[in-house]
Amino acid sequence: MNKIRSSSYEELISDALKVRLKILELAHSSGGGQHLGGGLSMVEIMCYIYSKVIDIESVKSKLKERNRFILSKGHGVLGFYPVLHHYGLISKENLLTYKKELSELISHPIRNLDNGIESSNGSLGHGLSYGSGIAYALKLKKFNSKVYVLIGDGECNEGSIWEAAMSSSSLKLDNLTCIIDCNLFQSDGKTSSIINQENLAQRWESFGWHVIEIDGHSFSDIDNAFSLFQPTNKPKLILAKTVKGKGVDFMENDNSWHHGRLTESLYQEAIQKLSS
Amino acid sequence: MIFPFNKNLARQWCRIGPRGIYGQSLLNLAEDFPDIFAVSADLGNSSGLDRFKGKYLDRFINIGIAEQNMIGFSSGLSTLGFNVFVSSFAPFITMRAGEQVRMNLSYMQSNVKIVAIGSGISMGFLGNSHFGLEDISIIRSLPNIPIISPSDCFEVYKSVEALAKYEGPAFLRLTGAAPSPIIHTEDYEFKIGKSIELLKGGDILILSHGTMVSNSLKAAQLLKEKHSINASVVNVHTLRPIDSELKDLIMKYPLIATVEEHFVSGGLGTIISELITSNFIQGAKLIKLGLPNNFLKSGTYEQLIKRYNLNPEGIANNIYENFVQI
Repeated sequence: MNKIRSSSYEELISDALKVRLKILELAHSSGGGQHLGGGLSMVEIMCYIYSKVIDIESVKSKLKERNRFILSKGHGVLGFYPVLHHYGLISKENLLTYKKELSELISHPIRNLDNGIESSNGSLGHGLSYGSGIAYALKLKKFNSKVYVLIGDGECNEGSIWEAAMSSSSLKLDNLTCIIDCNLFQSDGKTSSIINQENLAQRWESFGWHVIEIDGHSFSDIDNAFSLFQPTNKPKLILAKTVKGKGVDFMENDNSWHHGRLTESLYQEAIQKLSS
Repeated sequence: MIFPFNKNLARQWCRIGPRGIYGQSLLNLAEDFPDIFAVSADLGNSSGLDRFKGKYLDRFINIGIAEQNMIGFSSGLSTLGFNVFVSSFAPFITMRAGEQVRMNLSYMQSNVKIVAIGSGISMGFLGNSHFGLEDISIIRSLPNIPIISPSDCFEVYKSVEALAKYEGPAFLRLTGAAPSPIIHTEDYEFKIGKSIELLKGGDILILSHGTMVSNSLKAAQLLKEKHSINASVVNVHTLRPIDSELKDLIMKYPLIATVEEHFVSGGLGTIISELITSNFIQGAKLIKLGLPNNFLKSGTYEQLIKRYNLNPEGIANNIYENFVQI
């Protein structure tokens, strides 16, 4: 993949803002508790993936030889559905069914290729195994397509993530990229206070992955990481350092927004902060 | 099928046992079904896949001792059109990977076939950690996964053949060891969900699956010789979807017995009792023979079968005691 022109960053920054506004709008109109913190931390990564990595038309036409994205941190749908909408994979009408009776757009992704969603998730630690199976199958079919899996740093507590990490490098899946939305928090608090995940990059490296550490909100960094020459025979791990609740100052690094309720006044305050 | 099945082959296959025949079946079918792919969690040889992986290097993976990853990986693999057969011991593949089975096979309907080897108590001295006592119960609690429990080695082949043609998830349960019982000595029609009446008798109805079909037939023989009781024996090789015609059959008999190498709760016994209650079959009397709902004592396979009264004598005695009381 080629590096994009830096002029495109402006466009991506504008996309990210629109997506964040949509996230807040959706969270507010839907009401009740929402996984806002982890949805907001992944926005730049997602905008880059759906604007530069995933070919929207190939997803729409369900082309077998397409790049695929798997949201393993399934609770991150607020950073997913608005992105799918923004880049034309789900309609406004469909997006507005979010968390409505009988909708397929609920708090965790449901596999539905008509919505551009490749896998059902919600329980953590499933997506990397699934993505690695797809990556392996693509190689068997001699397709050049790639698989991108987004996981959380808290999700790295799951043993199945490391099972998949081991087998992916053993199978030399250089068409597989795993991105860690490393926002340093999980449901009960700071990841560092729960399970020691120090030297996370080195841990992945020692499992045989090609690791790149970046600022997960910098399009220049993201662009470098995605377009960087991929050494053959190794899967790629992008450790993206992010801020939970990014973009809304009172949500940033406040873990009560891991799953929080956006009241009318907080919503107004949030969109004001975001737009300013 | 590319070979004529006959008595000689039945004898050969019985000496190989269900696991070896599973591997050979896949090897045999791989040419006609190019989408077949095999994955194992370091039990490829134990699943009889030695020759398969030798011949089809690019259609087999040992994913490592990691059952959760095996299910997720296989599910992803299947999205590109592969029919993925995964094998491991019954408890590892149903419990260790239980939630992966739920999300990937049950929820997403991935085209993955689970093959539970060494189910029931054939693992003998390997003990409770390796027994398949609740695998049917677990899989049955998850929607959309057919459950097949073949009665002998030829039926293992027929099941694998049926699953090679079947699109969607399924659970294949292999019981027994080598040598294993022989039920079939010639080819027959195997259809998922269609039970097979192996013996016709008017007094009682014995419903069974897996290796217990053979012991049920022998028990029926004993009942006839000792007590002049004529039993029907039906091979319920598919536990889900359950054969809807069983309902009519049940109504014809004063006593029904289910016989299986599984905990008495959660398997065929439970399935039939549910069939009776949900169809308001009045007066139906059911005895459920299987393994007690507790961890089992140690012993060889034969010793365990006898201890838990699943040998032909045990089955016949149990049925007779109940029969004389009705």
